[in-house]
Amino acid sequence: MSERIREKLQILADAAKYDVSCSSSGSDRKNTSKGIGDTGSGICHSYTEDGRCVSLLKILLTNHCIYDCAFCVSRSSNDIKRAAFTVEEVVELTMNFYRRNYIEGLFLSSGIFKNADFTMERMLKIVKKLRLEENFNGYIHLKTIPGASEEMVTEAGLYADRMSINLEMPTELGLKMLAPEKSHEEVKKELGVIRNKFIQYADEKKIIKSVPKFVPAGQSTQMVVGATPESDKDIMGTADAYYKAFSLKRVYYSAYIPISHDSRMPVIGTQPSLIRENRLYQTDWLMRFYKFDVKEILNDQHPHLDMEIDPKLSWALRNPQAFPVDINTADYAMILRVPGIGLRSAQKVIAARQYGKLHIYQLKNLGISYNKAQYFIRCADSPFQLNEKEPHVLRRMILQNSKSKYARQPTNQLSLF
Amino acid sequence: MVIYVFDGTFSGLLTAVFESFGRKHRQVKLVCEEHFEQDMFSETVRVTADKAKSERVWEGLKTKGGKEARKQFYSAFLSESAEIFQHLFDYALYVFNQPAGYANNFGNSHVLAVSQMAQKVHREKHRMEAFIRFQKSGNGLFFAVVSPDYNVLPLILKHFKDRYADQVWVIYDERRKYGIHYDLHHVHEVTFDFKPEATTDQSQLAIAMDEKEELYTTLWKDYFKSTNIKERKNMKLHIQHVPKRYWRYLVEKEDDLRV
Repeated sequence: MSERIREKLQILADAAKYDVSCSSSGSDRKNTSKGIGDTGSGICHSYTEDGRCVSLLKILLTNHCIYDCAFCVSRSSNDIKRAAFTVEEVVELTMNFYRRNYIEGLFLSSGIFKNADFTMERMLKIVKKLRLEENFNGYIHLKTIPGASEEMVTEAGLYADRMSINLEMPTELGLKMLAPEKSHEEVKKELGVIRNKFIQYADEKKIIKSVPKFVPAGQSTQMVVGATPESDKDIMGTADAYYKAFSLKRVYYSAYIPISHDSRMPVIGTQPSLIRENRLYQTDWLMRFYKFDVKEILNDQHPHLDMEIDPKLSWALRNPQAFPVDINTADYAMILRVPGIGLRSAQKVIAARQYGKLHIYQLKNLGISYNKAQYFIRCADSPFQLNEKEPHVLRRMILQNSKSKYARQPTNQLSLF
Repeated sequence: MVIYVFDGTFSGLLTAVFESFGRKHRQVKLVCEEHFEQDMFSETVRVTADKAKSERVWEGLKTKGGKEARKQFYSAFLSESAEIFQHLFDYALYVFNQPAGYANNFGNSHVLAVSQMAQKVHREKHRMEAFIRFQKSGNGLFFAVVSPDYNVLPLILKHFKDRYADQVWVIYDERRKYGIHYDLHHVHEVTFDFKPEATTDQSQLAIAMDEKEELYTTLWKDYFKSTNIKERKNMKLHIQHVPKRYWRYLVEKEDDLRV
């Protein structure tokens, strides 16, 4: 008995791990009825050896699938072990892990068996059992099954905190190439159903207080990067469009990890491009928190992100006319654009400068990355400079003074002893 | 410089602030009783913790600094560091001597020190909320043993009470020899000498486990391994997020510790 459940968990966790989202924040479900669980700012309960956060029990209901998407481990043509959980098994696992403070909740996805509605119905049964029978108020992230009916998806939204459906590839063209049975249109339709319902519930809530929660932590999606030849501009352009059209909470970017010998994609053993993934996330952050327009960072002149330096620094070097920024007088929006100053330190700068002009030693204490920022700012005791340095000189200086975590370690050198 | 000797309690520290105002002492060295050594040349004031006095200072901190800053003040105190006691004292004097709002002047060294320490304590609080692992005993009690860097049990209490409202639990701080116990209604502080290391002999194990406990720890370990992506291995990041000193409390890491 316990051997079988162990095997199932191994198979179905292994198959679910390529969904990168592990967010458990953004919901406001409270434990009102002396039941179990609540949600809030989210907690990472552990981290795997790849450095990724473990916050939710992330599993597939089953890895049986009728589709044959080239980029997916669970594709029907792949010769792997298959398994399926029962409704009770998923509920038991979630409750027992949750009660031991292992997890924040459940991330449930599934391969598609029989058809979309049949699969969605089983997933719905699980979340309903958790919410209604177990009195579970922890976080639930539910994957929308492409092609599931509007009624089913809407009902699921009443129990889930977040719902998501993956774009898979950044462009329709790329998706058609690897997964001819899928389309971005279908994704748009499902995202649209949730968005419209969300707006409807929010409107009703203004009038009637007791309107139930509907996907309180919003929707997200994911794109695989590096399986198909899209440019960074294509990728972020798509992200920007979906953020705007569907008010998504997050877009996730996942560096493709070769899992098949399909000749259309990178061969097995190719290292996933983690640095590119990182630069895409940085761009995403600049768009969402730093008020950058995607076109300022990626455009026809610059369709690719600079892998050596981060996109904010890259933008600053391309726009020397915007600098130096005077820390003691500039507005918040401009301070946010200085390389080496993050959200929190920008807020601290604004708070602290009300009490007197800021000096270099204070800036260093506030937690800004002064080594990087010094070339772009002026404060009370900045040394007088005769002429500004050329961007390419600056770039070299900054690169020399910083150590990238992606710098190649000379580990492959021949050892003589 | 005048030396103030206080008992190390929060109320004692606040009383010291009160006393310094009454005596018009601006330059004070605050020393905790257990570290105090009498010297012949300095004037010494013994501070006795006083409820009424400390409450007035506590109220004053809210009026002058605001609720958020006051919360940071308390968090920083829980670091139990001698250095921060002095900063807290000077911080309080500074805030009271300035117009309202100066609790946010990070240009001031005491304000910055308190805010940075509060941040550290907050991180430890958050780590405890993440890393605490309950084990279920035969009688249905969920218990966890921890050894946090700072005295954060008072800060995590509400989180666990709200979340695990329908199960009886105990969280025990083995470094400070006390725990918090939730009985389905209230959280109490409990003190008992609990030595998990001493119970290596199975027959002497003080707490009998629930029959399913082993299954779920095994499943959790399995899950932890299966959800890892080998191609993305990044041990530096892993250890940065889960520092080794916490491994002994984490079910999923305990096997790595033995290697």
